Amino acid sequence: MREITPLDLPDMARGAAVLGTGGGGDPYVGRLLAQQALLRHGPVQLVDPMEIDDDAVVIPTAFMGAPTVMLEKLPSGAELTAALQALEQLIGKKAAYTVSIEAGGLNSLIPFVAAAELGLPLIDADGMGRAFPELQMLLPTLGGVSATPMAIADERGNAVSLETVSNGWAERFARGVTIEMGCSAAVSLYVLTGRQVKDMMVHGTMTLCQRLGAAIREAGEAHRDPVAAATEVMGGRVVFRGKIVDVQRGTQGGFARGEAVLDGLADDLGSRMEVAFQNENLVASRDGEVVVSVPDLICLLDTDTGEPVTTETLRYGLRVSVVAAPCDPRWRSTEGLALAGPAYFGYDHEYVPV
Amino acid sequence: MLRLGIDVGGTNTDAVLIDGQLVLAATKAPTTSDVTTGIVTAIGRLREEAGFDPADVAAVMIGTTHFINALVEGSRLAPTAAIRFGLPATSALPPLVDWPAALSKTIGGHSYLCHGGHEYDGSRIADLDEQEFRDVLDKAVQGGARSFAISSVFSPVNAEFELRAAEIIAEQLPGAPVSLSHEIGRMGLLGRENATIINAALRELAENVTTGLTETVLGAGIQAPVFLSQNDGTLMDVDHARRYPVATFASGPTNSMRGAAFLSEQSSCAVVDIGGTTTDVGILQNGFPREASTDVAVAGIQTNFRMPDVLSVGIGGGSHVGSGPIPEVGPQSVGYRLTQQALVFGGDQLTATDLAVAAGRADIGDAARVAHLDPAVVRAALDGVAGRIAEVVDRMRLSAEPIPVVAVGGGSILVPEQLDGASVVVRPEHYAVANAIGAAIAEVGGEVDRVFSVEPGRRDAVLDEARQEAVDRTVAAGARPGSVRVVDIEEVPLAYLPGNATRIRVKAVGELSLGGNDA
Repeated sequence: MREITPLDLPDMARGAAVLGTGGGGDPYVGRLLAQQALLRHGPVQLVDPMEIDDDAVVIPTAFMGAPTVMLEKLPSGAELTAALQALEQLIGKKAAYTVSIEAGGLNSLIPFVAAAELGLPLIDADGMGRAFPELQMLLPTLGGVSATPMAIADERGNAVSLETVSNGWAERFARGVTIEMGCSAAVSLYVLTGRQVKDMMVHGTMTLCQRLGAAIREAGEAHRDPVAAATEVMGGRVVFRGKIVDVQRGTQGGFARGEAVLDGLADDLGSRMEVAFQNENLVASRDGEVVVSVPDLICLLDTDTGEPVTTETLRYGLRVSVVAAPCDPRWRSTEGLALAGPAYFGYDHEYVPV
Repeated sequence: MLRLGIDVGGTNTDAVLIDGQLVLAATKAPTTSDVTTGIVTAIGRLREEAGFDPADVAAVMIGTTHFINALVEGSRLAPTAAIRFGLPATSALPPLVDWPAALSKTIGGHSYLCHGGHEYDGSRIADLDEQEFRDVLDKAVQGGARSFAISSVFSPVNAEFELRAAEIIAEQLPGAPVSLSHEIGRMGLLGRENATIINAALRELAENVTTGLTETVLGAGIQAPVFLSQNDGTLMDVDHARRYPVATFASGPTNSMRGAAFLSEQSSCAVVDIGGTTTDVGILQNGFPREASTDVAVAGIQTNFRMPDVLSVGIGGGSHVGSGPIPEVGPQSVGYRLTQQALVFGGDQLTATDLAVAAGRADIGDAARVAHLDPAVVRAALDGVAGRIAEVVDRMRLSAEPIPVVAVGGGSILVPEQLDGASVVVRPEHYAVANAIGAAIAEVGGEVDRVFSVEPGRRDAVLDEARQEAVDRTVAAGARPGSVRVVDIEEVPLAYLPGNATRIRVKAVGELSLGGNDA
């Protein structure tokens, strides 16, 4: 167990945005929300999953909606605790811990707000080891945990609860409710036991985010290559360095889908890379050949600064490095690939692990 | 048709007189603390040099770092109330949330939230509570606030609450300056709101400075309209500058790059601007500076201004030169005291300028005073300088292809005829006053940044609509209709939103219309 203070947050937000693989929300807003909560309520205890009791009640907290909307309509802060408390009422139990469902600039930092306000410790883990666009894409889904009962709350005081036959249906209904709430809502879902957290979640994610963010910052300060530093922490490799020469976007099925085209620089001169995304980066192809795809991580980093580039901020002329990093091995199982592999997103290539 | 371009920098006030594409005269005068005396001196020198009739001047364009300096120094700022419509949302991050404590205190720390604001689709988060707003105003005024910054959630989609707030302030506090966020910034509440608060805090200073500028120009016998240059290289009139001083923030580097493009006739190149203390390198694409990709913090405040992407290194004409066989140059500098302290000017500090004179690259001051320098050491030091400048250019350029390098600024004598990675090195005539020339040739611009509903098959029609709106705004801002062109289009579909909601940003620019005789 260790205490997290506002000083820990900038590195953590930066690292979380890298693991967000283009999605997962804005790290600046995420960091500020957590910082304000910690300044008001004091530090939050970060707890290793192995330290908690098997029968402890763990209730995750997150924001759901459009990242661009959340940059404009900022939260009140009250909706997060409202969602968590609505879910407590549904199950008739109090949460002993909260935890984040995904790694991302906003959703890794949001649980600090609920933890600080309610005095709950936060577990050093997450449900994906990265960010994915849909709420059923959690490792606990593979373990048979239901996303519902689930509570969705807005800043007005509305709270909607869901009970569904599958986690896929939870995604569909929750998406509809979120849109009605102004495309941004707090959610609490996937009630877990301590045992389930130990068995099914990715351990150490918050610490990894912080290490990753610190590695990028320290490399920059020491005039070393920040992209290389990030790649080393993630155990990945740089698959391309280039500049963005085109970004095509379209809205399909309520998601931002699109593709960024990169022309190679330095060692990759003369080559071209295409990165397809649905909020998160899904597939990277070099000269027409797939080189990385979901569920592995495809992270775009600013070549000079190492700062993560989210899909919303992709733009012509940006010099980026494409880093491929391995996903949690459970995503590589038949069931994991069915839930979040290339075929689920409509691609027909075989998944080849990085 | 004569244009007068003036750049008020921290050290020098540069002025140029331009007729069409021709530079008739150029001069430098020391900047004075009141700004206007320096301008009067510079205009006087131009008249001595070119002997023009003030009645023939069609426009005066001024670039100034005065406002950004005021913010950085935290001085001359008005006590400001920051009032946001967004409740019951947004209260987790109230106005001024991430400001440096000292600066927030300087402007009075007045941060207020009211009910209101809109959803992404333009519907209301909450209705406006006029009594609540009037109470907030009373409290702010009692607290000493004199300028008002109003923001509202999604005001770029629907500005009704900001506009109503302005009406109420006009009723209750006639004449009080009001800054509205939808007129100042882009999507992204905190960045837009911060820019609005900065703008509000500069309004009183802007009143003084713009009045001073207008009177100074009139005092010189020039009846022509006065314009100020903005961050993106376009112009605003004095009345606009009085209301939107924040728009001048990055005009310095922008003007120097645009001036370099004009003088060298290069529209895509690297511009190396060497002053007394630093070298600033930027990239021009199609005649406009490449903008920074990330949000820019100004004086520690996060904003979403568009600023030119500039990389700086501590090398300038006044840089101190170390000792040894390959001496270090910079980052320490004699700065504006170059003309007293450099060897060639009779001083006793060896500077980068002395090296250039010793190497025969420049004829400044008394070359005899540097004749004793070892030519091998001079060459080694200058090679080191060239290497570091080449490195910065290399970091800024986007392809491995060599690109043209245009060297401007008083210190550009440090750039050699050949530079690694440069297809050609151009040091145009009048290189020392590129900033003022950039101001003199600035254009006017207009921008649209809104969420559009793009139904299937209607994308082209919607884009045309957005383009037309940008062009209309440019003409309304004073551009000659036939000269307006769209320079940037960006589409961002909003994730998860129904109805193919897409944020479309279009920027257009055109030549300034100066009455009927400029067709």
